[in-house]
Amino acid sequence: MASTDVAAPAPAPATPGPASTLSAAQAAQQRMEDKAQVRRWILTAPALITVGIFGILPLIIIIIYSFLKAAPYGGVVWSPSVEAYVSFLFQQDIFTDELVFSPDFLQIYLRSFVFAVGTTAICLLLGFPTAYFMATRPPKQRNWWVLLITIPFWSNLLVRTLAIMFIIRDEGLLNNLLIGLGVIQQPITMLYTDFAIVLGLFYSFLPFMVLPLYASLEKLDFRLVEAGYDLYASRPKVLFRIVIPLSRPGIIAGCLLVFIPALGAYVTPLILGGGRHLMIGDLIAQQFGSGRNWPLGAAQALILMSAVLVALFFYVRASTGKVKHG
Amino acid sequence: MASATKGVDLRTQFGFHTIAVVCLVVLYFPILILVVFSINANDLVAVFSGVSTKWYEKAFFNEEFHNAAKNTLIIAVSATIGSTIFATLAALATTRVAPWRGQNSVYMVINLPLMVPEIITAVATLSFFALLGRTLGLNFGIGNIILAHLVFCIPFAYMPIRARLETMDLTLEGAAADLYATPFKTFWHVTMPLLMPGISSGAALAFIVSFDDFTITQLIAGPGQTTLPLYIWNMIRRPMTPEINAISTILLGISILFILISFWIAQRRKAG
Amino acid sequence: MKQWLLGMTAVVALTAGALPALADGDLHIYNWGDYTNPKLIEKFEKQFNVKVTLDDYDSNETMLSKVREGNTGYDIVVPSDYTVKIMIDEGLLEQTEPSKMDNFKNVDPKFVNVYWDDGRHYSVPWQFGLTTYAVDTAKYKGPMDSIGLLFDPPEELKGKINVLDDMNSLIHAAERFANVPRCTSDKADLKKVNDILQAAKPNWKTFSYDTITKMTSGDVVVTQTWNGAAYRMRIAIPTVKFAMTKEVMEGWMDNVAVLKGAKNVENAKLFQNFIMDPENAALISDFAKYDNGIMGSHKFLPPEFGEAPEINPPAGTSSEFVPPCPPEVVEIYNKMWTNLKK
Repeated sequence: MASTDVAAPAPAPATPGPASTLSAAQAAQQRMEDKAQVRRWILTAPALITVGIFGILPLIIIIIYSFLKAAPYGGVVWSPSVEAYVSFLFQQDIFTDELVFSPDFLQIYLRSFVFAVGTTAICLLLGFPTAYFMATRPPKQRNWWVLLITIPFWSNLLVRTLAIMFIIRDEGLLNNLLIGLGVIQQPITMLYTDFAIVLGLFYSFLPFMVLPLYASLEKLDFRLVEAGYDLYASRPKVLFRIVIPLSRPGIIAGCLLVFIPALGAYVTPLILGGGRHLMIGDLIAQQFGSGRNWPLGAAQALILMSAVLVALFFYVRASTGKVKHG
Repeated sequence: MASATKGVDLRTQFGFHTIAVVCLVVLYFPILILVVFSINANDLVAVFSGVSTKWYEKAFFNEEFHNAAKNTLIIAVSATIGSTIFATLAALATTRVAPWRGQNSVYMVINLPLMVPEIITAVATLSFFALLGRTLGLNFGIGNIILAHLVFCIPFAYMPIRARLETMDLTLEGAAADLYATPFKTFWHVTMPLLMPGISSGAALAFIVSFDDFTITQLIAGPGQTTLPLYIWNMIRRPMTPEINAISTILLGISILFILISFWIAQRRKAG
Repeated sequence: MKQWLLGMTAVVALTAGALPALADGDLHIYNWGDYTNPKLIEKFEKQFNVKVTLDDYDSNETMLSKVREGNTGYDIVVPSDYTVKIMIDEGLLEQTEPSKMDNFKNVDPKFVNVYWDDGRHYSVPWQFGLTTYAVDTAKYKGPMDSIGLLFDPPEELKGKINVLDDMNSLIHAAERFANVPRCTSDKADLKKVNDILQAAKPNWKTFSYDTITKMTSGDVVVTQTWNGAAYRMRIAIPTVKFAMTKEVMEGWMDNVAVLKGAKNVENAKLFQNFIMDPENAALISDFAKYDNGIMGSHKFLPPEFGEAPEINPPAGTSSEFVPPCPPEVVEIYNKMWTNLKK
């Protein structure tokens, strides 16, 4: 199938001189490459410097914290220790004083992971059609649809969460409506359940799926779709064999932007889930709060990040190979 | 592009229209509730008992709200503009190019803030700025918050732009080059306009993320630098009155107005 | 696009330009949310010609984390009792000697030699209160005289209880129910407490600090909460009653303290003295709905509040302030908490 061949966004390379000056041509090519390289570094510099200084340096502080001892009432004591990392998996049993393998933290991580995957899946399943729909509106309308999708997110997240609570609580709007209409007798418990958490996460993260997808789909060359139909492909086939592969960059971007933050989500699951079960965000926050164990909190976060980093690294290696040159 | 009638027909997929509409309804329903309850005469947010605009009056005269709104706006707008520009530049250098040394690292670094749990970013940034303050005496005031927001907004702006770039049809740029356009001209007149949906998506995401940020801002904000999420969070802990609905509705209204105006300006410019 | 950018820059410039004019002196207060009467601030500003800024925090931990790193710009903070002790121990507070200030004579003697600031060299009482639980008596008419209602509830209350998402409050409450000492390090005692918590958890609907909303929205019938919050609940739902339990109750006090190295120490001291005046203390109480620890303030309060059951515990009940537990015990509490909420 036709795939967009990608070329470097530079003007056509300077034509080399006569064949005899092959090395000169190579030298010229090398100079061009160097210039291009320098230009690339300059382009990425602002982002790199900002993230480097204000994102990475602070992170290094946290890494250092994770290898220190916890101070009695919070904060750290500047003496090295790997206690934090050890206690991630092994805890002194409260009552027997032995070092025992403790799956508590792993359980919490797994729960957050499952929620994040679920949220990403739902955002994708519902977001893809929405983005596709938006991208296939007449060009003049499209901006309005983007506007329509983003407006709800211009109200504060907390207040929206409260509105959701108001709708789904036992004595809330939805239940009252259903009972009033006679559809059900007893209220359906929706608030403070896993459903509420997923709903809240979906609600927070939908634009992070829809907008990248839209950006990618909007420029989709629908002549390819047409070509597919011309070759007697059915609608599902066109969807799965043409549209989806071509919008892969958008899908990946959307999934990353939903999954990763959803893993560490803190406030929304807390409010909607009722606080009965810890998720990673809450667990880590606890260590910096009344748990008074900053190194443990730092270690927990770093373990999480390493797992995500590793996965991301493999993805990047796999995807950069895909770029073809014209 | 495909001809109008044939294109629209062939491009639709079963159920997509419905799903899109359902999504929008689900998204807007809580907003609707929010707005409706802002004119609730009752003190309690949970019970409706008559219409009144007293909450809007309260909100209008609420100085803390004004201050928080002003701060939030300054921070969000600055962070959005900054992060979108940086992200666009970075995306141009890292997408659709022959793999260059360091490209992967750049990608990882730019997306690093995405991976850090919020509370960690909060504590880390707090420690870092405190260190800066102690050792170098540097304190940028509200600039501290803007810088922190810039950092986590960049990946959110970067991803949609990159996704857009990867999908873009480059023959147009090739054509421009063939027509002897300079790289800069090609960029400004061909690439940028094509990239716009990606850039606006990126900017929209960056704005949302900065506007809603609570955890990080909470730990870094200094005196007088309260933002809306902080202010609202503290309001939630009180017995809630519909004033919070009125505030949210006002904000929503202002944002919509703002966007509509900029759209209108953009349309006028295109026509003119 | 260019015009859009221009427009945005204009917005930023305009709003940035609307900064308040600087006053004679400043004071930067960092307090709990919804805890400071605006009238109090106005009165202070007028009386001393000082420009006051007020920012909010939602927990001692947040405030402590920020302050510990230093350089926050705040002058005054309002920590709870155990947090004051921690801050004094870590050298975070300025020794302003409230005991030597003019209005000090108004402080109730029982709040002068407290465990966190013996003799009051750093802090001044702001508000104090009790933590037990509140019940909507329209929905539950049974006995509510014991903290056990939270841990061993009758059938009709199962699944209708909210507890505070606060490790210390909840575990200490369980200790009171189990009749073991606070911050006990005895393993058998701790196991008893752990078992009580584990057994009780299925009966709890939520763990949350938003106790007022949980009650007024009907989500729960019983909620662990503070007496001032119960008062506000009662205003909305008259059948709400605050439990004064037969077991000793948790007491706490929030105190006004000055941060070490604060820029406006003199103004901060003025503020500390200011709130020890009974009339001003009454302003604080009238807003936050808690008692204040300053003698003579009740006569400035509206009677329906001054005589409210929430701030007038019946004879025979008692309360205690609980110092922070030693680190080894906190570590165990931490494990119990994670175990409880995993």
